[in-house]
Amino acid sequence: MTDSGSLALVALLLPAAAFLVLALAYPLRRSGRAAGWVSIACAAGALLAALRAWSLQTPEGMTRLAYEWIPQEAGSLASVGVLADADSIVMLVLVALISFLVQVYSLGYLDTEPRPALGRYYTYQSLFAFSMMGLVLAPGFLQLFIFWELVGLCSYLLIGYWYDRPEAARAAVKAFWITKAGDVGLLIGIVLLWLRTGTFDYLEIYDLVRAGDLPLAGLGAVTFCLYLGAMGKSAQFPLHVWLPDAMEGPTPVSALIHAATMVTAGVYLLRRTIWLFALTPDVLLIIGWVGAFTALLAAVLACVQSDIKRVLAYSTVSQLGYMMAAMGAGFAAAGFLHLLTHGIFKALLFLGAGAVIHAVGSNDVYHMGGLRRTMPQTAVVFLVGTLSLAGIPLFGGFFSKEEILGAVWSGGLALPFWMLVAAAFLTAFYMFRVVFLAFWGDPYRRPPGIGPHGAAAHEAHPHDPPPVMGLPLWLLAILSVAIGIFFVRYHPEPEFTAPGWLTPLAVAVAVGGIALAWLTYQARVVSADVLARVFAPIRRAALARFWLDDLFEGLYRGALLGFSAVVGWIDRYLVDGIVNLFSAWTLTWGDRLRRIQSGLPQDYVYGLAVGLLLLLIWVQWPR
Amino acid sequence: MPASVSLQAYLVLAAVLFAIGLFGVVTRRTTIGILLGIELMLNSVNINLVAFARYHGDVAGLVFTVFTISITVAEVALGLALVILIFRVRRTAIADHLDLLRG
Repeated sequence: MTDSGSLALVALLLPAAAFLVLALAYPLRRSGRAAGWVSIACAAGALLAALRAWSLQTPEGMTRLAYEWIPQEAGSLASVGVLADADSIVMLVLVALISFLVQVYSLGYLDTEPRPALGRYYTYQSLFAFSMMGLVLAPGFLQLFIFWELVGLCSYLLIGYWYDRPEAARAAVKAFWITKAGDVGLLIGIVLLWLRTGTFDYLEIYDLVRAGDLPLAGLGAVTFCLYLGAMGKSAQFPLHVWLPDAMEGPTPVSALIHAATMVTAGVYLLRRTIWLFALTPDVLLIIGWVGAFTALLAAVLACVQSDIKRVLAYSTVSQLGYMMAAMGAGFAAAGFLHLLTHGIFKALLFLGAGAVIHAVGSNDVYHMGGLRRTMPQTAVVFLVGTLSLAGIPLFGGFFSKEEILGAVWSGGLALPFWMLVAAAFLTAFYMFRVVFLAFWGDPYRRPPGIGPHGAAAHEAHPHDPPPVMGLPLWLLAILSVAIGIFFVRYHPEPEFTAPGWLTPLAVAVAVGGIALAWLTYQARVVSADVLARVFAPIRRAALARFWLDDLFEGLYRGALLGFSAVVGWIDRYLVDGIVNLFSAWTLTWGDRLRRIQSGLPQDYVYGLAVGLLLLLIWVQWPR
Repeated sequence: MPASVSLQAYLVLAAVLFAIGLFGVVTRRTTIGILLGIELMLNSVNINLVAFARYHGDVAGLVFTVFTISITVAEVALGLALVILIFRVRRTAIADHLDLLRG
């Protein structure tokens, strides 16, 4: 119990225990809040274990606890266990922290839920925490894949938490299918890699790579297949379409799964295996370009959304694009750093948005306004998150974002670099658009009978959330600022030398975006209508989500219906035809054979006698 | 058994008798006639048994013949009873009319 590996194992097994207890103890699960407390207690224990493991972890230290799972004569085929090193432990702390805070927050956010539904929610939450930690701590590809699928399952279950709402059920299925499309690639990649190396273990493959024993021919296909999995999970173009729809789930779920932890699994996979990807520069180039393109595309999409959660969702896609771009430039540490800071402040933003939605009863930013007076605490923490995301100095996202820009520039990806700079400008713009629309301006006067919930309770003045929701918000806000200040004080040595003009450029772009948002939505100097008219084609395309969803749906429908038609024809005419032919033959021959049953005993006696005679002849025939 | 008459002659007689009986069973239209045919076939078997008993000098064949004859009597009694019953129910004893089992 004194090394980081054992503590990580404890952190992994606590949520599993909570899940098992809640899943098996039916009365406890039906009791709602009690189930929540069980889950929260285990999450807290996991957080403490993870923090203790972090404090014991040295930058170079590595603990590996592996248990033989599939034994084979020539050594173990697959092992499961825990691989604790600096990366996995810090990621474990992030998962445990966000998981714990979100579970506490959910007690307030979902306080009006029926008790059995709340118990179900916490059961899934525990399963998710376990699965995500298992993914993070996996010592090899096989365990990674198992937990990769498990977090996908949890995502499906939690998006579809309000399964009686058709949009939620649809979004859940969509998320499941699209990520599954990428997962097939991941599985193929893992198997191809196993065929080449005979092992699933990271460390063994790493040793092979270090020794130069891994043949390079055709390795690009392997890494590209692995990247496909990361593309589906981490919402890279063109498989990003599921993430905005995933916002149909409860907001805490969006904060935990679809912003801070699960969607970063793809980035984390690349971080773990960057030495493998480094052998295939072509694939890295694709990753970089796709990442930068995703970042820009999603930033454009975020500018036209009026649903606060969708803005945040597209911003998540955009930030994931940033991380991937850094991976593609070959500087995994920069992308990983942004993963960690983004996890903190994006969870903060989502939970803040959840507090607003909880108070206002609508997701639409045009239904908010002036909330800084009625919800001052929420306004402050949301502003902190927004400044972090925009990349303002002293806030969490500034340093990691600049690090990524520097990495991409040093990696020699010039055009992707400028795409990322444009995305940074848009990030600042769309986030402050939300801030000015929701928290500044005049309070929204709701016309009677409008609003998704339409509850009279929300007609009263919105107010700050109760402490059970407020404390996680404040903690995350303080962490966001603390990280920013920490990185100013202890500037880690980057793997590359960024040009000197980078920091001023990044800050200028962010401030420019904020200024444009202020001019448009607060000072009203620039008319939003004029902006819309200037960028009319882009705006129309963005409102249609660049027709990607339509394209996918058309392809899906076309492929499915076409395939169904072929299968239907085969079934109707080929399979049924053969069966009908046999039945027709049976009928005809049955009718013919029926005639020999005359029913007259003498005929049968005659038949017997003739048969006996033939038998005798046959037996006695000389041969 | 006179020595001049060989075993073969008896067997031929029995075979002819069996064939005549079978012919009767297959061709007679009345059920009584069929029963008579069966009697002929059974008696051909009896001749076989007696002939072989003498040929081998073994009395077991004779004993069996006594059994067969008595069983035959019982069988004929049963058969005639069935014919009478069938006649009562169906108002006919012609075999060609009794085709309830036709497919």
